Amino acid sequence: MRWLLVKDLQILRRSPLLVGLLIVYPIAIALMIGFALSSPPGKPKVAFFNEVPQDQGKIHIGNQSLNVASYASDLLRSIEPIKVHSEAEAVAKVRDGAALAAVIIPAALPRQIQSLITQGVGRPTVRLYLNTKDPIDQQFVQQAISTRINQVQADVSRRVLQVAVNDLREVLNGGSIQILGQNVHLLGLRNARTIVQGTVASLPARSDLRVALGQVAGFANLAIQGLGFASPVLGSIGSPLTVDETQLAGATTPTDAYAASIAVIVSLMFVTMLLAAGMLALERSENAYARLVRGLVTPGRLLTEKVVLAGGCASAVTLVMAALVSLFVHLDWSRFELWVAALALGGLAFGALGVAIGAAAREVSAASLLAFLVSLPIAFVALVPSNAVSGTLKTVLDVVAFVFPFKAALEAVTNAFTGSSPPIGLPLVHLAVLALVFGALARLALRRFAAR
Amino acid sequence: MSSAATTLAVRSLTKRFGDRVALGDVSFELAPGELVGIVGPNGAGKTTLLSILAGVLAPDEGTLLGLERNAGWVPQQTSLYRKLSAAENLRLFARLEKLPDPEAAVARMLEQTGLADRSGEEVGRLSGGNQQRVNIAIGLLAEPAVLLLDEPSASLDPRQRERLWEFISALADRGTTVVFSTHNVSEVERYASRVLLLADGELLFTGTTGELDQTVGGDPRDFEAALVSFLHQRGH
Repeated sequence: MRWLLVKDLQILRRSPLLVGLLIVYPIAIALMIGFALSSPPGKPKVAFFNEVPQDQGKIHIGNQSLNVASYASDLLRSIEPIKVHSEAEAVAKVRDGAALAAVIIPAALPRQIQSLITQGVGRPTVRLYLNTKDPIDQQFVQQAISTRINQVQADVSRRVLQVAVNDLREVLNGGSIQILGQNVHLLGLRNARTIVQGTVASLPARSDLRVALGQVAGFANLAIQGLGFASPVLGSIGSPLTVDETQLAGATTPTDAYAASIAVIVSLMFVTMLLAAGMLALERSENAYARLVRGLVTPGRLLTEKVVLAGGCASAVTLVMAALVSLFVHLDWSRFELWVAALALGGLAFGALGVAIGAAAREVSAASLLAFLVSLPIAFVALVPSNAVSGTLKTVLDVVAFVFPFKAALEAVTNAFTGSSPPIGLPLVHLAVLALVFGALARLALRRFAAR
Repeated sequence: MSSAATTLAVRSLTKRFGDRVALGDVSFELAPGELVGIVGPNGAGKTTLLSILAGVLAPDEGTLLGLERNAGWVPQQTSLYRKLSAAENLRLFARLEKLPDPEAAVARMLEQTGLADRSGEEVGRLSGGNQQRVNIAIGLLAEPAVLLLDEPSASLDPRQRERLWEFISALADRGTTVVFSTHNVSEVERYASRVLLLADGELLFTGTTGELDQTVGGDPRDFEAALVSFLHQRGH
């Protein structure tokens, strides 16, 4: 087998185009994924028109004031704005495709917000026009704008609540608050209670006012207790929400590392299957197969040599690819030996599938084409999310994904890169079994390999 | 083995593909240094017979005696790796044959084929005649007693054919038994010391070209006509 390996490596060395493709292809994929994962998404082009005059953008909340213009500029940070001068012009930009969306800040917005804050009446509205031609673009711009609007809403709520809490404190302890733009001095419930209690103490023991003022002091006590609780409650509502995250079914895989795993396995699959199928079929195209199996090499050894050649070369190339990807995405180098194990067994399983295809197709061009055609659906089936389909179709897809190496290899490599679930043992055993099964199928297909 | 001077003895060889009898009850013997041509119409069983002698196909019935040492086999189409040089092809097969000194065997075959000065060239760049020489050289690496050639000159021009037959004749002169199949009757007439005539899997005649002429009783200068007449007489 050693001399066959040497021979195949010599042939590969003299096929620079093929070898170049096999090396450049995964590296190109690695770099593309790396750049894609490390670059922030671009900002959507959005036509923006602010109808609010510069001097009318202020909203007064107690003794504080907010400026609508500052929130509008916040919104502009998450988009690439196209400044327009009318709502009609903004809509036209969306219609002709120059903008993915248009945002209109109506002139009445500050008044509407002011009314809502002070009287609880009104519904402040920002107008948004979306280009629905491309649903992906639509989702992209919707997310960008709604995220920013939610931040603005949260900020306004927080500041309104701050003012409300401060005013309650003034009512409790005394001080000054703004009502209708005027500073009003408040005595405060605590001070009022002290005064009433002092007055009651100074009254004659049999005075009729003692009972009445005692009721006033009791009410003041109750109010002080109630408002004492209200302040921290309101303050907590005004705080930003915190997320209580619960992890189910083990640790989650970072999205970037998962994407890197997919890129590595796709490359491993293509390189191994094309190489294994093509190099086996080459033995027949060169008319060497019959000569080899005439007592020099057994068919089983020939298959093993092709699987080792293809799996070994592809594993080495994808290992380099993973190292390159790790420049952009965090992969756990302390688990390097598991990287090697996952890629090696994945390579063997894909190699066995490749030689089965090569033995069945027999011609180099047919084998390469068939290997390519088989690869794509295998990857797609394994990547269909489990909740995307239901019933019988899900069962069928699960079975198909189980009988081909892509899913098991992806699980093994993802675990090797990140330590995520499921554990690596089962996928590795799965890959070893698939390698044996496809190897046996390839051996059966070799029975008619030499026939013309 | 029937006698000490016999290299190979074939007894009642039969091969069937389904219901079709590709080779039926074929027997003959080969002596050292014989150059034997197998002729016959298409589908006569020539390639099947050579494949069984080479060990590529197993017979359904019959025995082969004297092939304790593997016969050298040269398939009709050159079975070489075109991206490797002549020397690399020879070295690979010498190693797979587990020869005690592969490099010496490679040097010997390059010398015999006259390709020593072109040993480093990729086989794909050699002429058809030179490729066929390398193809035959691989069959001779293990110094077999019997060399089996399946239509060795089929794709060669007249000059290349001439040089090839000089090479093959020299092998026979050195004691190697050579068995070849061909459709080219003039090659058999010129080079074969004996003819095996097959038709529909049946061995119809074995002897020299002159003996076949005599059997038919035709013009002794036209072997092809004698061959066709013989087949007609036997109902083929």
